[in-house]
Amino acid sequence: MIDTTRTDPKKTLPASDGTLLRKKLHRVLLRSRLRAFGLVVPLLLLIIMAFLVPVVLFLVRAVYNDTFSSNMPNVTPMLAKWDPASEPTEEMYAALVADLIKTREDKSIGRVATHVNRQLSGTRSLFTSTARRAARLEAPFKRALISIRKEWGEIKTWHAMKIAATTYTTAYIARAVDMQLNADGSYSARPEDRRIHVTLFLRTMEISIVVTLMGVVLGYPIAFLLANLPVRTSNLLLILVLLPFWTSLLVRTTAWIAMLQGQGVLNDLFVIFGIATDEHRFSLIYNKTGTLIAMTHILLPFMILPLYSVMKTIPPSYVLAARSMGASPWTAFWSVYFPQSIPGIGAGGILVFILAISFYITPALVGGQDGTMISNFIDFHMRSSLDWSLAAAMGLVLLVIVLFLYWLYDRVVGIDNMKLG
Amino acid sequence: MAAETGDEAFVVFDRVQKSYDGAVLVVKDLNLDIEKGEFVTMLGPSGSGKTTCLMMLAGFETATSGTIRLNGKPINNIPPHRRGIGMVFQNYALFPHMTVGENLAFPLQVRRMGKSDIDAKVRRALNMVQMGEFAARRPAQLSGGQQQRVALARALVFDAELVLMDEPLGALDKQLREHMQYEIKHIHKNLGITVVYVTHDQSEALTMSDRIAVFNDGVIQQLASPEELYERPGNAFVAQFIGENNTLKGTVKAMNGQRATVRLDNGDTVSALAVNCGHADNRTTLSVRPERVFIGARGDLPVTKAAVKELIYLGDHIRCRMEVYGTDEFIVKLPNAASHIHLTEGEAVDICWETDDCRALDG
Repeated sequence: MIDTTRTDPKKTLPASDGTLLRKKLHRVLLRSRLRAFGLVVPLLLLIIMAFLVPVVLFLVRAVYNDTFSSNMPNVTPMLAKWDPASEPTEEMYAALVADLIKTREDKSIGRVATHVNRQLSGTRSLFTSTARRAARLEAPFKRALISIRKEWGEIKTWHAMKIAATTYTTAYIARAVDMQLNADGSYSARPEDRRIHVTLFLRTMEISIVVTLMGVVLGYPIAFLLANLPVRTSNLLLILVLLPFWTSLLVRTTAWIAMLQGQGVLNDLFVIFGIATDEHRFSLIYNKTGTLIAMTHILLPFMILPLYSVMKTIPPSYVLAARSMGASPWTAFWSVYFPQSIPGIGAGGILVFILAISFYITPALVGGQDGTMISNFIDFHMRSSLDWSLAAAMGLVLLVIVLFLYWLYDRVVGIDNMKLG
Repeated sequence: MAAETGDEAFVVFDRVQKSYDGAVLVVKDLNLDIEKGEFVTMLGPSGSGKTTCLMMLAGFETATSGTIRLNGKPINNIPPHRRGIGMVFQNYALFPHMTVGENLAFPLQVRRMGKSDIDAKVRRALNMVQMGEFAARRPAQLSGGQQQRVALARALVFDAELVLMDEPLGALDKQLREHMQYEIKHIHKNLGITVVYVTHDQSEALTMSDRIAVFNDGVIQQLASPEELYERPGNAFVAQFIGENNTLKGTVKAMNGQRATVRLDNGDTVSALAVNCGHADNRTTLSVRPERVFIGARGDLPVTKAAVKELIYLGDHIRCRMEVYGTDEFIVKLPNAASHIHLTEGEAVDICWETDDCRALDG
């Protein structure tokens, strides 16, 4: 023993049976760690298979699209080498014709045409109609193509093809923020009448922030009441807070439609009490107001519960101590109680904000024109326009915004300062 | 006492009652005068109403009936923040989001004091509890004893004349608790403040107080100095609650001035000091302190037979459990002096005590 302590006791301390104590401890701990890991394996697998992998695979689409490059094998390498400032060469026209014949045969022309059309509208019919006649074309192909459709002689058609031919591209992310990628690799703003995403992102942020703030304003007093009432009363109140969780989101949203619509309950009451006239009822739904009201109501419990659990841990003696030292009830609340409830506001705020920023059903049902959010647009590109790359790019931008805000929150307030109870 | 001389005591509870549900009185008809500069302890088991009394004085509970007067003025309707009473809480209640210095500055800031005044007062208060270097620390970085000192300093920093303490040492270990008892006592003496102290620890109450109010069941059982309380408990509850005690149950046979002749339940008869056993035929509890029992005969004191059941060595004294008058829970403390008597378990000995040390109390 005396000899071993002289070297390094941490490394050489023997256990009672002669093996090294450190190794022994490691072996004992390993067994319990493995057992703990075994408990989470099913959930871990489910999350990886059903959540992480699909999300990552889909987000890859934001920067990866091989519709053009895989179906147009001849012209793609030429487009990659081509200097967009120069005229396209006869070989490129020849390769294009060969690819058009191929895509017509394997019926991929529709997808390729749609894909290029997203870069330059009007090119869809150019591709499909040319492909129908491509087999009958003869060299020189440049003149032959231009004689069918003069657009083949225009440089912007080839620029669109060059961008569409790039497999890994930032074009979609650029479009998600109302920019466009040019053939020479530069970016420029999209035409004014085509800018919509930035407005949508800003509106989404605005709605999420307002819903979060309203959640704090409305939820704080309720949480305070819950935390300070006798247990029996507060349990009843807590059930009322949790009640919405037992009702479908769809039911709650449609209930708001019945409440807020022109001929709805609220407007009828306004007319009865003379706040509004029958001809000029308030438009409370199918606009931003409707989205705000319905989302605040739906997300309120997510604010109240973390607030409540934090407030529950604040001993009442703090406020009593402040009062005994001469602080008025308001001062005692503001300078002693409130600072200690901030972790709850932080947790509830982040929870509500992140849920709100990706809210979908409610704005879709009650949002109308100016109450729709970015998620509704992502859905549009997923199901209607089938521009999955753009949808993925918008999702990626949303994810980056959320992560940035999360980072910002950590810098300003501190994540450790967040408590869920 | 004060009422007789005409000018009233500093703190007066005048027929105060408290009920939370309108059916049960937690505090029943409380009358208590506390003089300026006094250290009064409210001692009692939990649920005895002592903390409720303190909270009524602080203003966090309202008296259901009766008045509380501070400095001659009724304070029933004055909110706690206008009473100017300092308070130390059981869990210290130091604000975790403020440093020690900010905690102490808080009561001064709400009084809108100047920055330099605040700094000077905070420094003085921290030095008083030997916490001068800790002003920049957070409460969470302090040990329990240090937090306790800060809480004490915070209650004193705004020059309150009356400081209430609600079991402030409850969370400390024994050694630290005893040390802090002396420290609080010294601060009380040096500043001349009035302290109302709540505890359920009788040794703490005996160490610190000028007077102790023993609470039980919402009523003050006895209000007296520590010595008085220990030497001359007024009833069976106080005798039992303060210090260790041997109790013998019996019936009063005859009264003879200060003396009562009591027939114990096993048939023996003893003579005792009549305290509040009432008249003949009343049930009574005889109380004998374990350290007041002598082994062997002494003078012409009446002796009784005892059988040694158990001996426990405790260093400074030896606890001896004996069978006396039919009860085998009779404890005798033998001081571990140079020439103390050595007993063995199972031995039969004679014991005796002064008749005045055997007090006949209520049954």
